[in-house]
Amino acid sequence: MSDNGGAPLLEVEHLTKYFGSVIALRDVSLRVYPGQVLCLLGDNGAGKSTLIKTLSGVHKPSEGEYRVEGNSVEFESPRDALDRGIATVYQDLAMIPLMSIARNFFLGSEPTRGWGPFRRFDIKQASELARSEMAKMGIDIRDPAQPVGTLSGGERQSVAIARAVYFGAKVLILDEPTAALGVKQAGTVLRYIHQSREAGIAVIFITHNPHHAWAVGDRFTILKRGRSLGYFGKTDITREEVVHMMSGAEELDALSHELDMISTAGRQS
Amino acid sequence: MLVAESLMPTASDERMASSGLLKKVLTRPELGALSGAILVWVFFAVLAPGGFLSLRGTASYLEVSSHLGLMAVAVALLMIGGEFDLSIGSLLGLSGAITAILATQFGLPLYVSALVALIAALLVGFVNGWLVVRTRLPSFIITLGSLFIVRGLTIGITRTITGRTQIGGLDDLPGYGFLFGLFGRDIPIAGVGFPISILWWFVFAAVATWVLLRTKVGNWIFGLGGAEEAARNVGVPVERLKIGLFMTTAFAAWLVATIQVAVVKSADTLRGEQQEFVAIIAAVIGGNLLTGGYGSAIGAVLGALIFGIVRQGIVFAGVDADWFNVFLGAMLIVAVLVNNAIRTAAERARN
Repeated sequence: MSDNGGAPLLEVEHLTKYFGSVIALRDVSLRVYPGQVLCLLGDNGAGKSTLIKTLSGVHKPSEGEYRVEGNSVEFESPRDALDRGIATVYQDLAMIPLMSIARNFFLGSEPTRGWGPFRRFDIKQASELARSEMAKMGIDIRDPAQPVGTLSGGERQSVAIARAVYFGAKVLILDEPTAALGVKQAGTVLRYIHQSREAGIAVIFITHNPHHAWAVGDRFTILKRGRSLGYFGKTDITREEVVHMMSGAEELDALSHELDMISTAGRQS
Repeated sequence: MLVAESLMPTASDERMASSGLLKKVLTRPELGALSGAILVWVFFAVLAPGGFLSLRGTASYLEVSSHLGLMAVAVALLMIGGEFDLSIGSLLGLSGAITAILATQFGLPLYVSALVALIAALLVGFVNGWLVVRTRLPSFIITLGSLFIVRGLTIGITRTITGRTQIGGLDDLPGYGFLFGLFGRDIPIAGVGFPISILWWFVFAAVATWVLLRTKVGNWIFGLGGAEEAARNVGVPVERLKIGLFMTTAFAAWLVATIQVAVVKSADTLRGEQQEFVAIIAAVIGGNLLTGGYGSAIGAVLGALIFGIVRQGIVFAGVDADWFNVFLGAMLIVAVLVNNAIRTAAERARN
């Protein structure tokens, strides 16, 4: 689990991304190893989305090196990244609510049977596979034909993660999978992140929540205004420091101080 | 919910039993249209039992339904994919005009000119799809534009070349017999001729249903209409799929145009006017969601059947045909309300 144990699965060095004159990312470097969870932290507008989209093949880096399993890569589309084993689960865009679990699970990679023009989508196999894959992750689905829209947010994320793992993801990029989830549901998702790690998958976990990050993370990278504030191992940094950096504690301290001043002033007048 | 209680292996079976047959039926998109079709059929069977219930009457409303239904099925596929095509009525006129002009003015056999018309129609469909993909404008706008462009071109070119807007006497031309045999003739059943267009309609609907429910492409169409970005992210070839769907509606318009050329033995530059709206209404009545991602080809078949029954039923009942459009508009609104209610009820039943 250390940086010395073999080559990183995914590595970017000095990554910079411009959109016209806007610098979205500047000189960001990170590495993820098999069986390791890298937590990517940062406030809104810090460049997290741009970084994810660059890693997953939506954007091309303006400058810098992007390597997968030691080989330099240039992705033209998300499909290219997927073919190299880099799967991204987006918070809102993971699932199609009106489609069934089985159809969602295999969208874009449907199992088929039959021959020539009679080659058809094997819906029965899809249903069975979806059910058994979910069961492996400890999720018991009632009916693979039920629309994903009837699942809760945590369950949807879990289906998306199970799908990525099933299709051979080596690197799993999770875009705020626990945002907008209740405590119990976030726990469900965190459990799958942990299980994916145990299965030897490299996970890049984007989150706002320092407690979620600390629970499953091995390494932490904090982004601020397009720059990386550092790349820490769990031994290099304390939980309190992570909480402090992530939650914007300095700003909060300043704010509570300011509020105190206001209320004191209000009482005096 | 489905979290982690997987230690109880029998639990899933128990819960499966609770999602019974009734709920399965209720969640089908075609339910509203099926009830509607039965309702209007019974209505006219009571009102005008003589003509309407005869085999001849049946053939007549099935023929009307088949022309509309061919387009409604293609429109349903496109609508499930999240897009609109308002240009199919104009494409119907264009296809007929090209076929007639090439045959009368340039001496091509009718079936060759029909083939050229097919290529032209597919080309327009391709351009529609390509523009939608490239500009990212709503297809409503793009095809509203092509509705007028294609109709204008059809009238302009036809009048420039022939000096008229109607071209008749096509049955005297070489190649008519072949075209008639394929698209125009009647199939006798119990002494009554059923137009072959009905067969085309059923075959097209069956293929569309099979593609939608049992092929990869069908799954992609649902995905495309349900959430385009999500579909793109998992590797669905969104652009090609969309263009293909626009070419499918263009194909349906050409097929109906060719059927009408074979049956009526003439072409008219105004043919197909407003048919794009009727086809969309038929698809919506069939339970196809305007916003995409949900629906069925069978639903569109039933939607078209409702219109065929009413259009001919009104005639058999001796009611003034002017009232048809009132019914058309009212039916659209009622259908959307009923479909929404059914869908909401179905969602609730599941939870």
